[in-house]
Amino acid sequence: MRNIFLFIRRYFNFILFLLLQVISIYFIVHYSRYHHAAFGNMSNQLTGRVNSQYSKVEQYFHLKKTNDSLIKANEKLYNTLKQNFELPDTVSKSVVDSIRIDSLLQFRKYQFLHARVVSNSVSTQNNYIILSRGRSQQMKEGMGIVDPNNAVVGIITEVTDDYSVVMSMLHKDSRISGKLLKGGETGTLNWDGKEPNLVTLTNIPKSARIAKGDSIITSGFSTTFPKGMLIGRVEGVYTESSSNYYKVKFHTAANFYNLQYVYAIYNEHQEPVNKIIDKLNKQH
Amino acid sequence: MSSLVKNIIRFILFILFQVYVLDKIHLHQMVTPYIYFMFILWLPFNMNRTWLMLIAFLLGFTLDSFRHHPGFHTAACVLIAYVRPFLVNLMIPQEGAETNYDEPSFKSMGGMMPYLIYAGLLSLLHNGWLFFLEAWQFGDIWYFFIKTILSTAVSLLLILIAELLFTRKQKFKTNTV
Repeated sequence: MRNIFLFIRRYFNFILFLLLQVISIYFIVHYSRYHHAAFGNMSNQLTGRVNSQYSKVEQYFHLKKTNDSLIKANEKLYNTLKQNFELPDTVSKSVVDSIRIDSLLQFRKYQFLHARVVSNSVSTQNNYIILSRGRSQQMKEGMGIVDPNNAVVGIITEVTDDYSVVMSMLHKDSRISGKLLKGGETGTLNWDGKEPNLVTLTNIPKSARIAKGDSIITSGFSTTFPKGMLIGRVEGVYTESSSNYYKVKFHTAANFYNLQYVYAIYNEHQEPVNKIIDKLNKQH
Repeated sequence: MSSLVKNIIRFILFILFQVYVLDKIHLHQMVTPYIYFMFILWLPFNMNRTWLMLIAFLLGFTLDSFRHHPGFHTAACVLIAYVRPFLVNLMIPQEGAETNYDEPSFKSMGGMMPYLIYAGLLSLLHNGWLFFLEAWQFGDIWYFFIKTILSTAVSLLLILIAELLFTRKQKFKTNTV
């Protein structure tokens, strides 16, 4: 027993060093799976407050770009207005009834919530975006995030009272499914951690016909994003000799360098769908 | 100003500078400029290794909270805090310089060269361990090496500029120890 104590005292620093390294590596390995580390919530709230002070200043320098993107978004919305289309008969008269009685009437599935970006990074291999809108303002984990022109940015992984943390598409654990607009083949998005704004789409079968400049959109198979939101445009196609799949490199439609405002998408049907999936998972 | 207050102010300034200035600069995908670990290089000589490591842990953890993925910088900081005393002993030229001066600098290390070797080796270790932890899933060895070497060069340049800009007053204490 005495020898053990002597040993510990002699090598105390080395043991402490190993212990601290093990704690750090434990954080790295487990953080992406268990988002609620013991102090995660507190430190997020704290750094969120510092970040939002900073972004109040930084915002002014991006006003011009923000304005431009809002004008583009507005233009798109104006073009979809009913009054821009002339139809010869009375069918075109649009009436929306708020009572959900039968299947002919429409009801809301997705709701867009705006949020301001207070912190954003592209330089590391695990990038997160912080939004100044949290649980008290209707944000939930698993919501999809898009930029003002409806280009995909990421998914919310963590929510505190006033802030939410978004795992950006530029994160090595981010797995969003994408689809080629032309052929309809679906694949998974991966980021190799090297160049921001350049992401890879894998699992595209070699039967697909792809050209540079093709659009990649959300597949609509998950509950996070509605179908058909733009993800990016194809930059190059690479063949993997060992498999039957293509590797497609593409430029993201969202510019991650200067995100200022984003929209969170709330899917009102998310819970029932997830409940069914959970039930199925339990059975098997 | 007491050493404690001075170091607390330094801690805050280094973290803020790293998060809000250097992290906003996108030089190149191969280069991530880091300077915040200079806080560890500037800690006093008479601090023992246990405290060095605990303070380094706190420094790394604070930076990681801003990056929202704890562990990476924490591990790198703890490593350089552990190695620092070995290097200080190697690089100090004359007997007793640790007791004559408060903290590592050009003057107390006996010239520019020993100090830059000390800073260079520690930044190489910091960046190397950090990028290794970040890259172990990607497994691209050349990318890792080139990124480490380029980032270390930039770090060293930043350290040199910081040393020349902010000359610290180094009092020569009595040598009656």
